[in-house]
Amino acid sequence: MPSGSIFARLPEPDRRPVTLFFEGEPVGALQGDSVAAALLAAGKLTFRATPVGGAPRGPYCMMGVCFECLLEIDGVANRQGCMVQAADGMRVSRMLGARGLADSNGPAR
Amino acid sequence: MARDEAEIDFAVAGGGLVGMAVAYGLARLGRKVTVFDEGDLAYRASRGNFGLVWAQGKGVDMPNYARWTRLSASLWPELAEDLSRASGVGLELRQPGGFDICLSEEELQGRTARFEGLRDALGGDYPFETLGHNALRRMLPAIGPKVAGATFFPEDGHVNPLYLLRGLVQAFQALGGRIVNGTGIERILPEAEAFRLESGGRVFEAGRVVLAAGLGNAKLAPMVGLNAPVKPNRGQVLITERVQPFLDHPTAQIRQVGEGAVQIGDSKEDVGLDDTTSPEVVGAIAKRATRIFPILEQARVVRSWGALRVMSPDGHPIYDRSTAHPGAYLVTCHSGVTLAASHALRLAPWIATGETDLPYMEAFSAKRFDLRSVA
Ligand SMILES: Cc1cc2nc3c(=O)[nH]c(=O)nc-3n(C[C@H](O)[C@H](O)[C@H](O)COP(=O)(O)OP(=O)(O)OC[C@H]3O[C@@H](n4cnc5c(N)ncnc54)[C@H](O)[C@@H]3O)c2cc1C
Ligand code: FES
Repeated sequence: MPSGSIFARLPEPDRRPVTLFFEGEPVGALQGDSVAAALLAAGKLTFRATPVGGAPRGPYCMMGVCFECLLEIDGVANRQGCMVQAADGMRVSRMLGARGLADSNGPAR
Repeated sequence: MARDEAEIDFAVAGGGLVGMAVAYGLARLGRKVTVFDEGDLAYRASRGNFGLVWAQGKGVDMPNYARWTRLSASLWPELAEDLSRASGVGLELRQPGGFDICLSEEELQGRTARFEGLRDALGGDYPFETLGHNALRRMLPAIGPKVAGATFFPEDGHVNPLYLLRGLVQAFQALGGRIVNGTGIERILPEAEAFRLESGGRVFEAGRVVLAAGLGNAKLAPMVGLNAPVKPNRGQVLITERVQPFLDHPTAQIRQVGEGAVQIGDSKEDVGLDDTTSPEVVGAIAKRATRIFPILEQARVVRSWGALRVMSPDGHPIYDRSTAHPGAYLVTCHSGVTLAASHALRLAPWIATGETDLPYMEAFSAKRFDLRSVA
């Protein structure tokens, strides 16, 4: 892909293209990609900042165990990008730090 | 069998929190210590526990156990400092006081009455408080409407139990301590002036031996004339995704760890040597947690596990010395995180020198389970 990505796609003509939005910017992907795979193929390597030190992180295991690929997807915080399939129109943003837990009495401190 | 030539003052059976705390304490005193541990498939409470440094409620029916636990809580900052210096990793120790939350008024009153009894037995020195719903809400704003209240104990806290174990191992090794892991100790043969130990096809000779092998003590103790009537008791624990801080104090049921995840536990199940998880129990733990803190309904659970506690018949520690084979000791307890400081800084010196200024160490002997001594 002409994205400056360190990853190259195999030629797979049968998969339908989809478009998701990462930090508001359109990103082309193929049906069946995980969100993490789609973003890596597009050269997006930083997915989150750690809750403790704020260090930048990206996918590591691509199979659901390491939790390095956390993203906010369609308004839901802390989703594992490698475990969610990319879909047309999906809104994805970086997961910066820990999520808050809000309750009916107002946001958590 | 191949003979190991190393000089061993103390052989310690068991490399969990109890064995490592004692081994570290002995190594601090300049003793040559070798720890024997099993491999990765062993039952290990030390790698699956809840991480509380908890004095509250301990020793309600044995005031000496309350004294011993509170001594450990007071020694904990010293231990944490020593270990983080050795390992370079902070232990996340915080002791801001802890709450044991009650979902019914009855439970709260019952607990208060038991704590009052303990306070009397300790001559008034037991600074707990009972808080009703409103008072508790001022301290823990996230509690739900179904919470009746809580007891509070100012000396309680929590720590990262894995960093504790790592700190003990590294501090012990820095003092020249040796760890032999793989098969554990298969046999102990008392000889005139020493003990012969067999482990993984090798023979070791040690001047003295400390049994701190958790559930494994039941089998080892009779080899040196001791009795370790310990049984497994399973606890299941849940851990959530990392979330922003919402809980400033540990509670007996739920704590927020240093990195932000919420740890929720823990069941008490009599299921033998089974350390798996079960959906019913995990579900019940999660449900109770959301009644205590309703905002946890939004938190995703990312892991759960089971681990086996090492329980004596009365739940109190057993510290014993063999009269048949002097030089053999038994150390086991059900709160090895909490007691790590006492074990390293007070129990180990008692084992090393036979001397202690604590008047109650003999009270922890397993002789208390001997029916003849009761009659
Ligand atoms: C779910 C749960 C929650 C808990 N929460 C807390 C808490 O919040 N606070 C607290 O203070 N405590 C807590 N505990 C208790 C605490 O974890 C234990 O008291 C402590 O870990 C016991 O340590 P141990 O070294 O005796 O046993 P273990 O950790 O079980 O270690 C025993 C070791 O001995 C080894 N061994 C066995 N047989 C032999 C042999 N023949 N030779 C050599 N080695 C042998 C095993 O391989 C093992 O490594 C909890 C326990 C559980 C299960
Ligand atoms: S990359 Fe490891 S969980 Fe997603």
